[in-house]
Amino acid sequence: MRSFTYTRPAEPAQPWTELGPDAMYIAGGTNLVDLMKCGVAAPGRLVDIGRLPLADIEVDAATDTLRIGALVPNSDLAAHPVVRERLPVLSRALLAGASPQLRNLATLGGNLMQRTRCGYFRDLAMPCNKRVPDSGCAALDGEHRGHAVLGTSSRCIATHPSDLAVALLALEARVSIDGPNGPRAEPIEAFHLPPGETPERETTLTHGELITAVEVPMTTLGAHSYYLKVRERASFAFAMCSAAVALEVREGTVRAARIALGGVATTPWRAYAAEAALIGGPPSTGAFARAGDAATEGAVPGRDNGHKVELIRRVVARALSTLAATDTPATDTPATDTPATGTPKSPGTGEAPRTGEAPGSTEGEHR
Amino acid sequence: MRETLGLTGPKKGCDLGQCGACTVLVDGRRITSCLTFALMHGGREVTTIEGLGGDPEGDLHPVQQAFVDHDAFQCGFCTPGQIMSAVALLAEGHAGDDDEIREWMSGNLCRCAAYPNIVAAITAAAGR
Ligand SMILES: Cc1cc2nc3c(=O)[nH]c(=O)nc-3n(C[C@H](O)[C@H](O)[C@H](O)COP(=O)(O)OP(=O)(O)OC[C@H]3O[C@@H](n4cnc5c(N)ncnc54)[C@H](O)[C@@H]3O)c2cc1C
Ligand code: SF4
Ligand code: FES
Ligand code: FES
Repeated sequence: MRSFTYTRPAEPAQPWTELGPDAMYIAGGTNLVDLMKCGVAAPGRLVDIGRLPLADIEVDAATDTLRIGALVPNSDLAAHPVVRERLPVLSRALLAGASPQLRNLATLGGNLMQRTRCGYFRDLAMPCNKRVPDSGCAALDGEHRGHAVLGTSSRCIATHPSDLAVALLALEARVSIDGPNGPRAEPIEAFHLPPGETPERETTLTHGELITAVEVPMTTLGAHSYYLKVRERASFAFAMCSAAVALEVREGTVRAARIALGGVATTPWRAYAAEAALIGGPPSTGAFARAGDAATEGAVPGRDNGHKVELIRRVVARALSTLAATDTPATDTPATDTPATGTPKSPGTGEAPRTGEAPGSTEGEHR
Repeated sequence: MRETLGLTGPKKGCDLGQCGACTVLVDGRRITSCLTFALMHGGREVTTIEGLGGDPEGDLHPVQQAFVDHDAFQCGFCTPGQIMSAVALLAEGHAGDDDEIREWMSGNLCRCAAYPNIVAAITAAAGR
């Protein structure tokens, strides 16, 4: 590891004044330290933002918005009572990510900024456009079973690894940013950039800019939401495919739907076509299957990752049917046409959010 | 911790956050110590397996004792991390049933696959 200098400002919250051209922020360190060890990141200076006053979770009752400070640990956010009750998809997505030890270190801002897990990105001996622009992409013809089928370009097919970001996308969260050029905010959908011609640029942040908070509207949709993650083992693995889903059903008709995908796209991916396939119709098994089909719209599989297209279909359909089978808000009436039944709940696997226990604490989806 | 302080309880397993052998508590919360710099935790209390039982000549911590009683290890390399994680798991209240224990211990790998006995030890330490 290259040697570096270290500074830890506590106040004022203007850490960019500490940042030179060669410096990087560090929060929990769970991604950056890893990348420093394998040589992908080699900052000359670390600015530790970990003690800045950006670690609060506040409910704005006037606008029904949850404002989450960028330094809130993933574990604390997942366990927050308001998140568990009113934004279950967020809690579930967080608890489906990494391990308890990592979630205690990992912060909200760091999670959104984490780099891809593409093996070639981490291997300095291999060409990788994301790591070294214009060096080529070893994954195109190489090992790409786990790579993206949506949002890819001829330059990069790496997936975005975050679970949290997928849930935030489904919830239409906004990212608050501050930096040398003053504060700004934008929808999370705009924050992560598709690879296109410049896969080395992953977000809209410019050097010195800092995520300060994320704002999440607390809606009826958000309260009726779910996260399903399919991995190569039962826990502690990145997603092969995941879906964050939310439904608003009234009088047997889907009034609103949100579907976002993880593990299959180069950015957290909003499946608008799948949402459109549901709205105005009944929340039926058939409709959920059609939504699953629609979610694959635009998918371009490579030689070895065609299974992801089928996974998208099934994960979306199953996430929706599981959600539809859970308690719906009191205003809802049951679906009329072929009611969806969802997957049977095996004892102790926590399919439905249970009170008094962390949602998603045991996924058990594919044991 | 290992080389400067001589505390060799926390192990360097993967060095990538993937195995949990390096697990320690910082202000009572479990973390993977391999992915964070000591400097970042100035002023905080770090507990390694060495500090768990209190007096080094005294009794084992109840979770340590439960691991011995249930033969919850073979080579022992992962064990300090397993025990630190288990102590935190109990404090967090995640020992409800076997599935819950497995999920909340998923950050600790055991290459000897002592998993059934690890779950049994934690169950016993939880008083179930
Ligand atoms: C073994 C392992 C398994 C994992 N599994 C999953 C998983 O299943 N799902 C998942 O979603 N994640 C997973 N992760 C990733 C983990 O969630 C991230 O590493 C973590 O969220 C990063 O947060 P951090 O605070 O540690 O970031 P750091 O490592 O401190 O920082 C990461 C990057 O973000 C930048 N940064 C940090 N904070 C800010 C900010 N406020 N503003 C601007 N830039 C900032 C840093 O400069 C750095 O470039 C896993 C990680 C590991 C090691
Ligand atoms: S897929 Fe992207 S990250 Fe992976 S080798 Fe190609 S350019 Fe690099
Ligand atoms: S050595 Fe830290 S998790 Fe493996
Ligand atoms: S006892 Fe050998 S690795 Fe766990």
